[in-house]
Amino acid sequence: MSYGYIKIGSEEKAFIAKVEEISGQNVYSCYQCGKCSAGCAFSYKMDKTVNQFIHLIQLGQKERTLDANTHWICASCFTCTVRCPREIDVAALMEAVREISLRENPEKVRIADLPKESLEKLPNIALVSNFRKKTG
Amino acid sequence: MKIGVYVCECGSNIASTVDVDKIVEEAKDLPNVAVSRVYKYMCSDPGQELIKNDIDEYNLDKIVVAACSPRMHEATFRSVLEDKGLNPYVLEIVNIREHVSWVNSDKDKGTEKSMALLTGAVYRSALMKPLERKKVGVIHTALVIGGGIAGIQAALDIASMGYKTTLVEKTSSIGGKMSQLDKTFPTLDCSQCILSPKMVEVNRHPNIKLLSLSEVVAVDGYVGNFKVKIKRNPRYVIEDKCTLCGDCLPVCPVIAHDEYNQGFSPRKAIYISYPQAIPASFIIDPDDCLGINPLICTKCKEVCGPEAIDFDMQPEIIEKEFGAIVVATGYAPYPIENIGEYGYGTIHDVISGLDYERIVSASGPTEGKILRPSDGKIPETVVFIHCAGSRDPSKHLPYCSKICCMYSTKHALQYKHVVHNGTAINFYIDIRTAGKDYEEFYQRAAEEDKVIYIRGKVSEVLEDGDQILIKGVDTLSGETVELHADMVVLATGITPSEGTKEMASLMNLAVDINGFIREAHPKLKPVDTAIAGIFIAGTATGPKDIPDTVSQASGAASKACGILSQDELEIEATVAIVDDSLCLEVVACVLKRAHIALLRCK
Repeated sequence: MSYGYIKIGSEEKAFIAKVEEISGQNVYSCYQCGKCSAGCAFSYKMDKTVNQFIHLIQLGQKERTLDANTHWICASCFTCTVRCPREIDVAALMEAVREISLRENPEKVRIADLPKESLEKLPNIALVSNFRKKTG
Repeated sequence: MKIGVYVCECGSNIASTVDVDKIVEEAKDLPNVAVSRVYKYMCSDPGQELIKNDIDEYNLDKIVVAACSPRMHEATFRSVLEDKGLNPYVLEIVNIREHVSWVNSDKDKGTEKSMALLTGAVYRSALMKPLERKKVGVIHTALVIGGGIAGIQAALDIASMGYKTTLVEKTSSIGGKMSQLDKTFPTLDCSQCILSPKMVEVNRHPNIKLLSLSEVVAVDGYVGNFKVKIKRNPRYVIEDKCTLCGDCLPVCPVIAHDEYNQGFSPRKAIYISYPQAIPASFIIDPDDCLGINPLICTKCKEVCGPEAIDFDMQPEIIEKEFGAIVVATGYAPYPIENIGEYGYGTIHDVISGLDYERIVSASGPTEGKILRPSDGKIPETVVFIHCAGSRDPSKHLPYCSKICCMYSTKHALQYKHVVHNGTAINFYIDIRTAGKDYEEFYQRAAEEDKVIYIRGKVSEVLEDGDQILIKGVDTLSGETVELHADMVVLATGITPSEGTKEMASLMNLAVDINGFIREAHPKLKPVDTAIAGIFIAGTATGPKDIPDTVSQASGAASKACGILSQDELEIEATVAIVDDSLCLEVVACVLKRAHIALLRCK
């Protein structure tokens, strides 16, 4: 297995600061108990569990954080936020990462271009997310 | 003769693997047995009453109790006999719990063994004779061995209760490891600031006699009456005359490593280990000095105004008697150079926890600036590796050293307080913060001071240019990681000190598998040893933080005073006697400190 390189320099610190600024949360409050992942209804769909995702933020791993699908799978149901023993608004962290992703890499989706069958199948939340992407 | 047999069920402890009803029935047929009974909890008040009533009703002469270890309830049942006017020593305890039910799951075999033991006990009981307890006088002085925080606290507590106390310290000053620490968790009190008032108090307490540079070389006798030989090594500076003026320092031509600063700074051959040292006197290191045999240099003696220097001082042996002894001989850091993959001793900027304490201390070699040893630069990234030696039964220490999670967290936090833009990373296996306000301290380090925690052990620490390459794992993400650091601090584990090992062997104190002195009972007699009158405190019994050490020291002091406060002590009547016609004088018994009667015999 190759080694992932950890460097906590100014870029990494800037990413952490940005997430904290948008979310209003202290990512270092997280002590990695995993209760967020344990209670998340969509953990099985995520390539990084919620606590792994927060851990990546703690280490300032911006690229890997944005590459994960965790924040896009998150439906903001707030189960994690309500249950977190460290009073972290985990959903707000997810939102912050979505914001950063959208601001940097706006992926415009034209709802009108989507085929009718897809539109009928897609859950409402996905459509709402797509509208948000339009505002990115 | 009438013997009463009492079998205890101990709830289900005994009854589940021993057919108690069967052995009670069978016991009735044994010779001299007048009554045989079973009860759920023989040690309970109704259980004791049962025996008392039978003694009256059946005119019993002797009692046999089949229950737990005599270490638990022998005293309880002896007092039952005493209450009824019987001699307390005509009681026989059969241990069918620790020796049968707890170590066996086969009920038939357990019953058979219990019956065999019980039968033997009944026959033995018939031969038992009453014994009388002897009384001995008590010498009302205490000896405390070790002048660290445990010894200091124990000596102060005993002395404050009005008993003369001798405090023996091997090195030139009391204070121990705590004097080397910069700050203490979780309050960040300056260690020296909270320690030195106690050290000063030791020095001026009318009931405390402090013997520095001294070692206990022989201990004889028994509770209340220990005879101790103490070897006092020469200081070569007369304590009472030295005024700490320091005129000797500039003239001394010898430069040596300063042990107090972990070798990071120089000292002269004549020195004082640190300004607050007690006794407040310089000392000459005979290994470094050029004036002690042969006399080549007398520069310090020439400039010493108060004429405090005496090159001809000799070691002396002091013989004293004490009523009680407190052993507080402390710990030594694990020799982390044994962990080859962490590079201590080969990579300059890999340091131990205690090294770091000196570096971060305002009284240390860098005056509190955090500078790395190799080039004196401020490290931008510092990695703290937990469990350096601890929790590694295959090669190093099997146990958790208890204080490292907290002190590494404190180290990281102190680093961030000095180097605000720096990065502090802790590699840990588990974070153990079991102490008052400890968890809050850990959370504060992470939350407020942005100390980073990565769960996983570091496998290798390598030199890479002027940096250090760390190869580790992040077990929470399941990924191997590597990073560069400018300095690495190893959270060094705790081992029994040389003094702890020496004292344990000298006094025949039982030690555990790791060499720490064993308590008489790990939970209920934490400051007693197996030898009456000898108590233990602090890290001599195992890894411990300062609050636990201090409480234990006060506990040991209070137990010691329990002996010192008596005019005479009752000595157990069950002593061995020596059959001169059979004794081969191999003295194994004396070496094992079997009992006072043997010592007297010789």
